[in-house]
Amino acid sequence: MAARVLGVVVLAALLVGPFVPLGVMREYTIHVLVQIFIWSFIGGAWSLMGRFGLTSLGHGAFLGVGAYTTTLLWNFFGLTPWLGGFVAMALTAVLAVIVAYPCSRFQVVGHYFGLVTLAVGEVIRLLIIAERDWTGGSLGLTLKPAGGDSLLALQFADKRVFYYGALVLWLAGLWVWWRVDRSMARSAMEAIGEDETAAASVGIHVTRFKVGITVLSAVLTAIGGIAYAQYISYVNPDTLAGIGVSLRIVFAVVLGGMYSMLGPTVGTALTIALSEYLRVLFGVKFIGMAETIYGLLLILFIIFLPAGIYGTARQLLRRRRPAPVAA
Amino acid sequence: MIDPLFLAEAAINGLLLGGVLALLALGLNLIFGVIDIVWIAYVDLVMICMYAVYFLVQVYGWPIWVGGLASVALGAVLGVGVHLLIISPILTSAPVNQLLATGGLLFFLQSFATFLWTTDHRSVRLTLPRLELFDMPISVARLVAFALSILVMLGLYLFLTRTYIGTAIRAVSQDREAMALMGANPQRVYLVTSAVGGAMAGVAAALLIIQYAVHPFFGAAFGPITFMICVLGGLGNMVGAFVASFVMSEVIAISGVIWSTEMGYVIAFVVFIVMIFVRPGGILTRRG
Repeated sequence: MAARVLGVVVLAALLVGPFVPLGVMREYTIHVLVQIFIWSFIGGAWSLMGRFGLTSLGHGAFLGVGAYTTTLLWNFFGLTPWLGGFVAMALTAVLAVIVAYPCSRFQVVGHYFGLVTLAVGEVIRLLIIAERDWTGGSLGLTLKPAGGDSLLALQFADKRVFYYGALVLWLAGLWVWWRVDRSMARSAMEAIGEDETAAASVGIHVTRFKVGITVLSAVLTAIGGIAYAQYISYVNPDTLAGIGVSLRIVFAVVLGGMYSMLGPTVGTALTIALSEYLRVLFGVKFIGMAETIYGLLLILFIIFLPAGIYGTARQLLRRRRPAPVAA
Repeated sequence: MIDPLFLAEAAINGLLLGGVLALLALGLNLIFGVIDIVWIAYVDLVMICMYAVYFLVQVYGWPIWVGGLASVALGAVLGVGVHLLIISPILTSAPVNQLLATGGLLFFLQSFATFLWTTDHRSVRLTLPRLELFDMPISVARLVAFALSILVMLGLYLFLTRTYIGTAIRAVSQDREAMALMGANPQRVYLVTSAVGGAMAGVAAALLIIQYAVHPFFGAAFGPITFMICVLGGLGNMVGAFVASFVMSEVIAISGVIWSTEMGYVIAFVVFIVMIFVRPGGILTRRG
């Protein structure tokens, strides 16, 4: 009950947030919040797979395919991101099937699954760099301006539009997470994660569930990539594909805790707040220092809070109350 | 049509690259086989050692072989340090946490190197002659690196097969629980393995710095391909990793000449992905 009231209060605060007069800080605060919403959504998409033991280290591939497909279609053919988005989602789904189907059929799990997805992420990043005539290579690509606000081009001068868009996206992500959490698929996937052979022996179609959850996770990640590209209106192979961004997503989720609905959000909010704080603190004076501290803190968090921040906090709270069911 | 001479040159370059890649892959594979954790930051340790050689040789004017030995020692120290500070607290954690802890180390080393030494590319300049073989120029630095890496790998092989601790290392990689039951101390084996793996990183660093410039993102350039080689060879399988290094380096070198460097890597990764499906246990195993 208390949690529900708290949730309503937080949501109300987020809804009126952009109209709070913060002076010059408003634009910046909104910018940080938009990033938190979008990356939390992406983190949530990753955790749909991650919580079942499908540790993907290549979600950058899905981000990159999503963001680059819509951007290229818009820049070269003037196709609105609303339609380009569907093309991007379809392509991502195809890529996800190409990865997930053989992985499932040949029982590529654990470390091997991580490394296969890592290779897929690198393939996409290198392809983007290699096709530099189209994609601008490692210099990246700027979204062609539509000239003023345009719903068709998904470009707006006012950051608040993106704020509400990202907020809706984030809530939609939480809804998907909740639906999966309460579905049959969750029980099936948990069984598969525990013991694939045993799950198959009780009649669970292992491949169908694995491919299904991978496609869902990949398509959501692509949507996140599209949203981010539209917001920043610039795409770059290093920020939207490859190992760096893939690891960042996993970090945020594991830091928050991947087994709870709000874990990815808590982790993402913390990592983004931390890196923004360090960036502002050091400015351009000590290049690399902010990232150094970021890396160090990540190691410490992983060692000392293995269940994630949100997960650990929940464990502590639960220990105080009498446990209803011994887990 | 591409001149066959270019292809032959690419093949030789691939062979020479393969020697160094094999060294990287063997060090990582040794650690993986014994401790069962992938050090995502392994090549970033190599990067740190490369900087050490660069400063000792190029800035302070030490002879290259002293710089190389210092790099080996530094590598061993780094390996032990990583094991004691990061790996041993999380030995029993979930695999994703283990991957991420060394991933955090990767971020840390990359950005700390950027902070200390900026993103400038730095290289050690050695005045070595160039050989000509049928009109194909062959870099002597690469030839020397290749020969030395083969020697070091032979040394590793002898260490693992002819010494007591080497035998213990192999035993742990075969069956962790059984080794503990036999009264061996896995902690000590882990430490020695980390030191040897780190020393291999140091050797690789000394051999890489005479061919490539070092920069903070060197690990990002060579890291992924090193993991791929380990998996392709069969995690923990030394001979497999050795063979896989040459397969991958030839794929990269030859398709690099036919298309472009990036496409060379793309094809190498695709080969890796396909091989995982066809032969999950590594290229030297039969599908069971």
